[in-house]
Amino acid sequence: MSQMVPTAQNKRVLPRVLALAADVFQVPESGMGPGSSPDTIESWDSLHHLSFVVALEQEFGVQFSPEEIEQLLSIELTAALVEEKTKEGGSSNGC
Amino acid sequence: MSQLKELRAQIDGLLDESRWTEAYLRLGDLWRREGKAAAAGYVLSCYERLRGHLPAATCRISFLRSMTLEPLIPILRSAALVSGIDPAVQVGQFNSYAQEILDPDSGLYSFNPDIVVLAVQTRDILPEIWENHADLGEAEIRQAIDRVRESLSALVRTFRDRSNASLVIHNFEKPMASQGVLEAQGTNGQLAAIEQANTDLRTICREHRGVYVLDYDGLVAQHGRARWHDESKWLTMRMPFATDSLLPMVSEWMKFIHPLTGVVCKVLAVDLDNTLWGGVLGEEGIENIQVGPEYPGALYRSLQRAILDLYQRGILLAVCSKNNPDEAMVALQNHPGMLLRPEHFAAFRINWQDKAQNLREIAAELNLGTDAIAFLDDNPVERERVRSEMPEVKVIPLPDHAQGFARTLRECPYFERLTLSAEDREHTRLYHDQRKRSELAQSVGSLEDFYRSLDQEVHIAPVTRETLARVAQLTQKTNQFNVTTRRYTEQQIEEFASQPNWSVYSVRVRDRFGDNGIVGVLVTRMDGDVCEIDTLLLSCRVIGRTVETAMLGFLAETSRNNGATFLRGWFLPTKKNTPAGEIYSSHQFQPVATEDGRTLWSLNLEEATIPYPEWIRLHVTNGSYRAEQARAS
Repeated sequence: MSQMVPTAQNKRVLPRVLALAADVFQVPESGMGPGSSPDTIESWDSLHHLSFVVALEQEFGVQFSPEEIEQLLSIELTAALVEEKTKEGGSSNGC
Repeated sequence: MSQLKELRAQIDGLLDESRWTEAYLRLGDLWRREGKAAAAGYVLSCYERLRGHLPAATCRISFLRSMTLEPLIPILRSAALVSGIDPAVQVGQFNSYAQEILDPDSGLYSFNPDIVVLAVQTRDILPEIWENHADLGEAEIRQAIDRVRESLSALVRTFRDRSNASLVIHNFEKPMASQGVLEAQGTNGQLAAIEQANTDLRTICREHRGVYVLDYDGLVAQHGRARWHDESKWLTMRMPFATDSLLPMVSEWMKFIHPLTGVVCKVLAVDLDNTLWGGVLGEEGIENIQVGPEYPGALYRSLQRAILDLYQRGILLAVCSKNNPDEAMVALQNHPGMLLRPEHFAAFRINWQDKAQNLREIAAELNLGTDAIAFLDDNPVERERVRSEMPEVKVIPLPDHAQGFARTLRECPYFERLTLSAEDREHTRLYHDQRKRSELAQSVGSLEDFYRSLDQEVHIAPVTRETLARVAQLTQKTNQFNVTTRRYTEQQIEEFASQPNWSVYSVRVRDRFGDNGIVGVLVTRMDGDVCEIDTLLLSCRVIGRTVETAMLGFLAETSRNNGATFLRGWFLPTKKNTPAGEIYSSHQFQPVATEDGRTLWSLNLEEATIPYPEWIRLHVTNGSYRAEQARAS
């Protein structure tokens, strides 16, 4: 999807996602970047993943579907999905 | 967000400078504003640095569960840490609660917990009733309920044999009824079956010491059954909580952890102005402070109700306020809207001293540590002052608007108790009696001494041209201490005063604080040997000081001198005049007639006298309005 490419909005979401991840996984923010993922962060296991999901939902006021929860495979992908969802929430388009 | 960033930077700075107490207080602020999953990580990492520098109660908590609880644990630990409890937490294997309890070598027992939480879902323990209740016959339903009762009972018994830990068991939540509205029409429905299982659970817990029920179903209902769950978290992660339910779940656990670790308060010290009532007593006067059944007084009254509930739970109450003590005591004693009265309080510090100093004195007077005190004050400046001066005092973070006061207090975990003894309920009364005695011994603060200390002078005079307007105004304005609530115009008052068998008096009260002006009115009518009190009223400003006794004593004496045998008067109840409700019965009057809730009271002047209170100097001006008018013309 085109939204997966970082956009101007994404740039504002990304630092917030990074800060959250640093808190949840308890690693310094300096030790992480957009590419950080369960493969690069030792404490990012399935249970911490759930805490991460919860923290994202609280921070951005969004809710993830089961499929989306599985897509949150890196900081960058997470920021992109959050951005997409917050945009959805902000638009007044009905379905 | 940026405010929180600043707060974090401040905390980091304080930690770097080893200013542990301040860092700890700010961490509590952060958690109160941002009690969420992400902040939990931050609180925990800060606490690693604080540990050992601050006193904290420790405890070991083990969770036995049939659901994913892990994301709740950092939140629970953070909530506990900012409340002065440092818990070690173990989460048992998924859905193996029975094995953990039954196997003597299980991780549960080797962890050696102080508190065990058994969190099992209805869908796991009663699957047939949760899922396919509609397919079941009555006998099968009963069988399922019996099975759960037996197995739980056996588990609890085994646990109690092997461990001294406290056991907290979640009760069973109800689903959306599978029968629709039909559910509520009978007694054999799905919800009724689950209610039965919950009743059984309560019975089992009562049979063992240290085993308690957590009303999980009630918690879910309180937050909204539809909002509590998040289907996607359940289906993918087996976590039956929506994101917004995590903190309420943790708060509920904390309500058990506090009493089980002894991190509780024994005393609630309350402020008065804008906390127990709306408004500032010293500025607005007793008649204008707000507390009672109507908005906005109702907000303060519901806070008073919440405080009274704590009192009934055995929590001692104390007043810690900046007011004029005499005035505040009169308001507490006499304001008709107040639920709390002086006898509910075990200690008073009503003065203009620093509140931290007052709290220390209260603790000393009650023979308790200052860490047993919770402090309730609407003023954030006072709260912050007490927090920084006495970090061990539990300062209750009241919201800005009185609307949230009662709820905030009710949710405060420091007052939770898991058992209630008769002594708990007697506690305050014992303290109270002791205080009364010691006060009498010291000769300060008995009611009589209080009356004496007021140095009151009461001046009763027939109404004059000059006082007509004020007298009429008082009949129009006075609601509370008013036996008949008859409203009169100046013309009507003048007409009464001009008739030979009527008398109208004004009552003026002076005390050591100054002249209160005309604050009372008496209107009487002679009819043969009966003197009837048409109006007797007193402004709120001076009620509760026995001025009314002086007024009745005056009426008894005067009417006797004028040839009356009976002094009588109606009490006509209104919504507001309960403060005057006892005046006749407490002065030897007898009820002689009643109609529609109204009562006619009578005093036989040949048999009874009403002694004047010895602490009031009474001045009576003789004469009458008519005589004065005649002289003038």
